[in-house]
Amino acid sequence: MTLDEVKIGGLGASRRRVEDNRFIRGKGNYVDDVVLPGMLHMEIVRSPLAHARIKKIDISGAYKIPGVRLVMTGEMMAARNLGWMPTLSYDTQAILATDKVRFQGQEVACVIADDPYIARDGCEAIVIEYEPLQPVVNPMQAVAPDAPLIRDDKVNQTDNIVFDWEVGDVIGTDQAFAEADVVSEIDMHYPRSHPSPIEACGSIADYDRSTSKLTVYMTTQAPHIIRAAVSLVAELPEHMIRIISPDLGGGFGNKVPVYPGYVMSILASILLEQPVKWIEDKSGNLISTGFGRDVYLKGQMALRNDGKILGVRMHTDSDHGAFFADAQPSKFKIGLMHSAFACYDIPNAHLTARGYYTNKAPGGVAYRCSFRVTEAMFFQERMVQAAADDLGMDQAEFRRKNFVRDDDFPHRTPFGFLTDSGQYEKCLDVGLEAIGYDDFLKQKEEAAARGRLLGIGISTMTEPLGAGNSREYDILGIKMFDSAELRVHMTGKAILRTGAKTQGQGHETTWAQIVAHELGIPAEDVVVEEGDTDTAPFGMGTYASRSTPVAGAAVSMVSRKIRAKSRKIAAHLLEVSEEDIDWELGRFYVRSAPDRGVTIQECAMAAYSNVPDGMEPGLENNAYYDPPNLTWPFACYIATVEVDPLTGVWDVLRVVAVDDCGVRINPMIVEGQIMGGLTEAYAMANMQFITFDADGNCVGGNYMDYLLPTAWETPGFELHEVVTPCPHHPIGAKGIGECATVGGPAAFVNAVIDALKGTGVRNIDMPLLPDRVYEAVTQHHDVSGAPPVKTD
Amino acid sequence: MTSLFEEVAPSEDDNIPVRRVEVRLNGERRAAKVEPRLLLAHLIRQGFQLTGTHTGCDTTNCGACTVLFDGEPVKSCTMLAVQAHGHEVTTVEGLATASELHPIQEGFKDEHGLQCGFCTPGMMLAAKALLDHNPNPTEDDVRWALSGNLCRCTGYQNIVKAVLWAAEKLRDADPGAAEGGDE
Repeated sequence: MTLDEVKIGGLGASRRRVEDNRFIRGKGNYVDDVVLPGMLHMEIVRSPLAHARIKKIDISGAYKIPGVRLVMTGEMMAARNLGWMPTLSYDTQAILATDKVRFQGQEVACVIADDPYIARDGCEAIVIEYEPLQPVVNPMQAVAPDAPLIRDDKVNQTDNIVFDWEVGDVIGTDQAFAEADVVSEIDMHYPRSHPSPIEACGSIADYDRSTSKLTVYMTTQAPHIIRAAVSLVAELPEHMIRIISPDLGGGFGNKVPVYPGYVMSILASILLEQPVKWIEDKSGNLISTGFGRDVYLKGQMALRNDGKILGVRMHTDSDHGAFFADAQPSKFKIGLMHSAFACYDIPNAHLTARGYYTNKAPGGVAYRCSFRVTEAMFFQERMVQAAADDLGMDQAEFRRKNFVRDDDFPHRTPFGFLTDSGQYEKCLDVGLEAIGYDDFLKQKEEAAARGRLLGIGISTMTEPLGAGNSREYDILGIKMFDSAELRVHMTGKAILRTGAKTQGQGHETTWAQIVAHELGIPAEDVVVEEGDTDTAPFGMGTYASRSTPVAGAAVSMVSRKIRAKSRKIAAHLLEVSEEDIDWELGRFYVRSAPDRGVTIQECAMAAYSNVPDGMEPGLENNAYYDPPNLTWPFACYIATVEVDPLTGVWDVLRVVAVDDCGVRINPMIVEGQIMGGLTEAYAMANMQFITFDADGNCVGGNYMDYLLPTAWETPGFELHEVVTPCPHHPIGAKGIGECATVGGPAAFVNAVIDALKGTGVRNIDMPLLPDRVYEAVTQHHDVSGAPPVKTD
Repeated sequence: MTSLFEEVAPSEDDNIPVRRVEVRLNGERRAAKVEPRLLLAHLIRQGFQLTGTHTGCDTTNCGACTVLFDGEPVKSCTMLAVQAHGHEVTTVEGLATASELHPIQEGFKDEHGLQCGFCTPGMMLAAKALLDHNPNPTEDDVRWALSGNLCRCTGYQNIVKAVLWAAEKLRDADPGAAEGGDE
């Protein structure tokens, strides 16, 4: 009898999560929960100023406090050749400031003591004299004639520009604009945001002199990359470094980079020969670690009167802070910004991008997105709405007219990507039907007659998830593939390890489901382990929605290798030739006598007890998967809102989400990812941003100033699905973890702007705070959310 | 078990006053000598080694450190350990019995009310306080009761469903209680 795949927890089963068993009991094992014998504690002294020369650091006071073991400054680090370290974008970053501080919150000194309270006391006792310098807080100031040079540490750096980069066809695009009936233009700013997992960063470094082995427990989404980085920075042999990423309290891209705190804890442990724990506080996390976004856009669209998009021009000015530390594939300077407009059939496009140094924290991490795809899709969908409005066309019809057709895949996008599959119009139709589009337009009209402002916003997009392939995608030269290793024990139970690293996505549950699907071993018989570089196969980690597209594919491939060997064993057990047996889930059988068969469990037992002559015993293997392409999920998000023109407050009426992420391994988990993403989308549209005052003081350095939505204000979400299997993924799955964060914000903003149609307001920069909306409505002009420009 | 705090607070030598704190923690009497400045969250985590109580923000905003203090939810990261002297404290470790989970724990698992699990203990304790007072909460009641607890992964919808699931299960188990509550 054939196994029921859903019953064994295979593909399509909304299997309850394995990891929950420990989390709901408070038995998770996060970095701060790890206690090692003799462990010391580290705290960091941070710069209060955004830009200043360090004149003097007096650490003597700290050493007077009993229990203080070590104080480290930039000078001490520099003496060990550890003043600076490489970033993930081929720049350098100070570990502890030596010459000057370049952003508020930069690490200046650290204290290691018997407990964290004493370490804090030690930090308080350090006296630092600064000579303030003029701060630069945005790209406009960075290129002003009197702008100070931020990176005077770099030879040959004479200005505050990080890069100039372009992609696309400038001649063809100029031609398209020359032929356009209408040119639609819009300028906007995607504000700086912080991924802000509830758990901040931390590490425990444990250097053992007797074995020369360094073990580091660390909040990292990419433990193997960290091992390589530590090996290079600290000049330790890679095989003597063990990085363990235990349970992570969220990541969202924030836990990809190498941070100074990690490196300092490692050096301190080597110097003191004791374990050193560093647990970052929330403020330190918000003001110094990898942010997302902070990009200005000038967008232009060449349009024909009938609604056809002929060409697109984009120019981005991106604010990278004091060090170019974007976590992104090295070939692309502004991430995958040029994935914009991938779902539309547009013949010509051209993108120019300029990056700037400013006196702000470094970062540019992929905050719940695939390398700046969030900005790309937001700009795309805001430009699309503006264009539809300029043409006087219905926004749904405008999209429909320009979508890539279902039979036009693979499709080359205007910037050169190759999209793999999709049913864009169907997704849009499902969304319009669910929201009751025509009815809402009527309601909106009736409400307007009574002075109420209703709006509807649509956002449709496909995005590239699952880097590599390794030809095009690497980080610091390390190619972006991923891995899985499967060991099937003799009783048919198994352990699976991958190079990915779960941080809430539920890998322990879903990877076992892929094994169940491929081998018929019940998911509950498969234990999944990740995050320990001594045991897990090499992988690039989990970010940019790449786990299922890459590591998940590797799980399929390694399972198939196990199945291939099992087939040989089955032929041996059944005493027939391999060609004469067939596979059904969990069982090989003789094609001519289907009752004669052996289960995968029987094959496993034989692998250790009765292998055919000449066969290597055992049943384990590994697979490294280099994807042929990225996966291209599609999403249609629709929000309806009501804006109160008297206060500028807007309320969400409904949110409909239609996601096509191909085959869903665990529908419950997929929906959880979508709801989480929509919440972050709502957060960015509504309240969540990091800004700076004219002196470079970070506004948003704690949860009292950095607003995150709670259960009270977060709207409900109505989820729908369309399934277009990915043609090149072994089980047809696509990435999903970040679609809603990427595509969601434009739906909310488009809805508010739609409600204001007729007021003359074309754009309000996120977040759409009530005062910004009020100002826009009452003054009838666009409102920029850009940080202040110092005028005095 | 409280030696960590006796060991690191050299009170006699440095004139730091050390206080004795005695609490009823998850129903069990526990005592420690602590510095007056020690936070309750740290007493629970490092002193009593119950690491299910997490510290997220240090400013009373995120609620990851929520515990029940004489049955009411408080944020233990901004409460001094000495303030807990003579009081009852319930942490996530006190929710389940040896043999069975609390319905709130079951609800969080069944409704996929957690992802990374970091905010979960605080969420569940805030939910317990609600259900202890109000066995028949509406969705809005639940959303309001959890509005002091931040979550970045799940987006709340499933958390709210988890709490409503638990409320129903508790009512089914004890129909009389549905009439009760103090609201």
